[in-house]
Amino acid sequence: MGELRLLPEQASTIAPEVDHLLYFLLVVSVFFTVAIFGAIFYFAVRYRRRSEQELPNPVHGGLTLEILWSVIPFGLTMVMFTWGASIYFTEARPPGDALSLYVVGKQWMWKLEHLEGQREINELHVPLGRAVKLTMTSEDVIHSFFIPAFRIKQDVLPGKYSTIWFKPTKPGRYHLFCAEYCGARHSGMIGWIHVMEPQEYQNWLTGGAAEGTLASSGEKLFEGLACNNCHHADSSGRCPTLVGLFGKTVQLAGGGMVKADEAYIRESILQPQAKVVAGFQPIMPTFQGLVTEEDVLRLVEYIKSLGAKAAPEGTPTPGGVPAPKR
Amino acid sequence: MITAAVQEREHYLNASYGIKSWLLTKDHKRIGLLYLATITFFFFLGGAFATLIRVELLTPQGDLVSSETYNKLFTMHGVAMVFFFLIPAIPATLGNFFLPMMIGARDLAFPRINLLSWYLLVLGGLLSLYAMLAGGVDTGWTFYTPYSTSYSNTWVIATALGIFVAGFSSILTGLNFIVTVHRMRAPGMTWFRLPLFVWSTYATSVIQVLGTPVLAVTIILLFCERVFHLGIFDPTRGGDPVLFQHLFWFYSHPAVYIMVLPAMGVISELVSVYSRKPVFGYHFVAFASVAIAVLGFLVWGHHLFVSTQSLYAGLVFSFLSYFVAIPSAIKVFNWTATLYKGSISYATPMLYAFGFIGLFTIGGLTGLFVAALGFDVHVTDTYFVVAHFHYIMVGGTIMAYLGGLHYWWPKMTGRMYPEGWAKLSALVIFLGFNLTFFPQFVLGYLGMPRRYHVYPPEFQVLHVLSTAGASVLAVGYVIPMIYFIWSLRYGKVAGANPWNATGLEWQTASPPPAHNFDQSPVVTHEAYDYSTVLGEVEVG
Repeated sequence: MGELRLLPEQASTIAPEVDHLLYFLLVVSVFFTVAIFGAIFYFAVRYRRRSEQELPNPVHGGLTLEILWSVIPFGLTMVMFTWGASIYFTEARPPGDALSLYVVGKQWMWKLEHLEGQREINELHVPLGRAVKLTMTSEDVIHSFFIPAFRIKQDVLPGKYSTIWFKPTKPGRYHLFCAEYCGARHSGMIGWIHVMEPQEYQNWLTGGAAEGTLASSGEKLFEGLACNNCHHADSSGRCPTLVGLFGKTVQLAGGGMVKADEAYIRESILQPQAKVVAGFQPIMPTFQGLVTEEDVLRLVEYIKSLGAKAAPEGTPTPGGVPAPKR
Repeated sequence: MITAAVQEREHYLNASYGIKSWLLTKDHKRIGLLYLATITFFFFLGGAFATLIRVELLTPQGDLVSSETYNKLFTMHGVAMVFFFLIPAIPATLGNFFLPMMIGARDLAFPRINLLSWYLLVLGGLLSLYAMLAGGVDTGWTFYTPYSTSYSNTWVIATALGIFVAGFSSILTGLNFIVTVHRMRAPGMTWFRLPLFVWSTYATSVIQVLGTPVLAVTIILLFCERVFHLGIFDPTRGGDPVLFQHLFWFYSHPAVYIMVLPAMGVISELVSVYSRKPVFGYHFVAFASVAIAVLGFLVWGHHLFVSTQSLYAGLVFSFLSYFVAIPSAIKVFNWTATLYKGSISYATPMLYAFGFIGLFTIGGLTGLFVAALGFDVHVTDTYFVVAHFHYIMVGGTIMAYLGGLHYWWPKMTGRMYPEGWAKLSALVIFLGFNLTFFPQFVLGYLGMPRRYHVYPPEFQVLHVLSTAGASVLAVGYVIPMIYFIWSLRYGKVAGANPWNATGLEWQTASPPPAHNFDQSPVVTHEAYDYSTVLGEVEVG
């Protein structure tokens, strides 16, 4: 049997924040639990039945008490609400300088891809002290990406991108779990997050035998699938040019606008008729079934590399995710 | 006949004999007993699955059963316990038996529909049981798509159809109760003279009638998706798997209140009887039930904080979840205040009530933990959540159910249960429960995900503690099963009102006559006026 711990390791910037909220919740709960258990125990002994015919005076209630024990707990819960919500918002908004990585979940493994081209399965190497943002999708059912030591979790869905971010604060090796039940080997869909000193991480990154960056393999795919027959670098093709597209707001045929983010590009590859760019014909065939989710990520990364304006995440300007070039 | 010397009084149990007199009965009391037998079967079935799960988790490796079997075990544990035990448990047995009696009625408004709803539960139960025996189902009781629609190759359809059919049982019971409470109260039984069990069962019925149809629709969609590949939930056909989660929890969160509101009603009765005082803040407790029923419909999204639901939706659902905590807190405070200056008896049902209040407090307070967005992100889908809802469902509902069963057992059967054994088993259950589920809070915060067949070795100590607790708990559940059956023949004769309780059900003989009351009762007092019963000579 392993050692017995009561709290998981704190290895990200979020972890102490969640733990502080835990302490607050524990203090409030222990107070009320002790008060209620204590009151029951005291009353039960103090007012135990002494004779079978005993008839205590009825007490019907008291408005002041009812108001007090509604309003005070409500006030306390609003502290919990606000505190929990503020952590949630922090968790939802990655810093602009975050390192970008991709995750594809499938029954029953995690595939993790670095922009530099390194591919890992059930292992992820990240540098210490640097925010890391993961863009995630699933090839089959719903999974959930969970790192207890970082106190973060996010469902990973088929047909959709979800994101999660963390900033590791302690070198070491941490559990990665799938937290959403996904079939027979659900409990085998686990891995390790390796947090390395930045220099060590650089060595690891350059030491791996990558076949080129994610964007460059995307470029090969782009040519291999003959996308470049229609999507030219200038506006001479039958289809819109993809240069400088990422992060821009696109005018759609039939009105409406959409921000060209990862999800939009993914959709345009797999369901090209869904959102047709204004001024173009819906002539593009679907690539559903021809490309894997990982291929789509490469293509997305290639299109991103075709020029995008860096702007911090979360701003309403069409900046989007910063350029992958470092 | 040896006992022929004493001519027994006629009551609902000996008014007629034979299998047919039971299977075609329209007597709400007999139907209550039919439900009791049915749900007891499913309780021990679900318990057997739980036992296998806990034994498997003694070691980190998957060495007792295969992963496929393990996944079926926790799925079938959930299905049996939620749909065929917890949801019908208190309303369909204790409610069926006592709701009409407590309001002074001869029966429910629609006795035939009442019988039909039992048959629907049995039919649904048999369908799901068939699925379990034929090969089982492995989707989790939550049936999340697209796993349940496109990937699982187990008996999803048969299980879901069983739940679909049982849902109609729940709807009809709710409908029957609502009409009965509105139309069949005895003269003088005004709304604010109703026992609080009636209020909470009434609030439950409203949820059953409004919520369960959504479950039915969700199951139909699941069926269509799995069989005809409609593409409602399948992203490769333009569907959205998260839509399923919204629909599922739109019913299944209110269903939590279907399970726990009647339990709260039982506790109100017990706390009052065994401290001989009216429930403190009667109106607040009554309206808290209604508030829980209404607010319960507005919080389903707190199950989806990490499911890619929008940030702002998360914010709203978290906020509303805290609202629903307040009426629950009001109840706990009022029960505790009822004890003040009471005449407190330590009879077994009261021990269960104490247990309920304590465990429900812990379950409710940890509900505040998981309603906090940033906290829930870490603990959702871990053992923390497993521990939280077992504190509500087992520590709350089952404690209240057992407390209520002991309290009303003399009325149902005319016999007392053996007090010593009953106290012992109540204590065993309380200790076993805490040892089973408290370590799971710690496990969950440490990061142990739920539904894991194999787990990292550092979690083993806590799992061993939990399994040890589960064995104690199992013993605690088997003891009452034995002495209840024993008491049918050997229990002390109870008399009409062994607890000096005020409810109308205690103003008639035990067991009650087939038509409940020899004379129609007329109500002249509020509920829980103990001056009306103390010192009076017992009848029957």
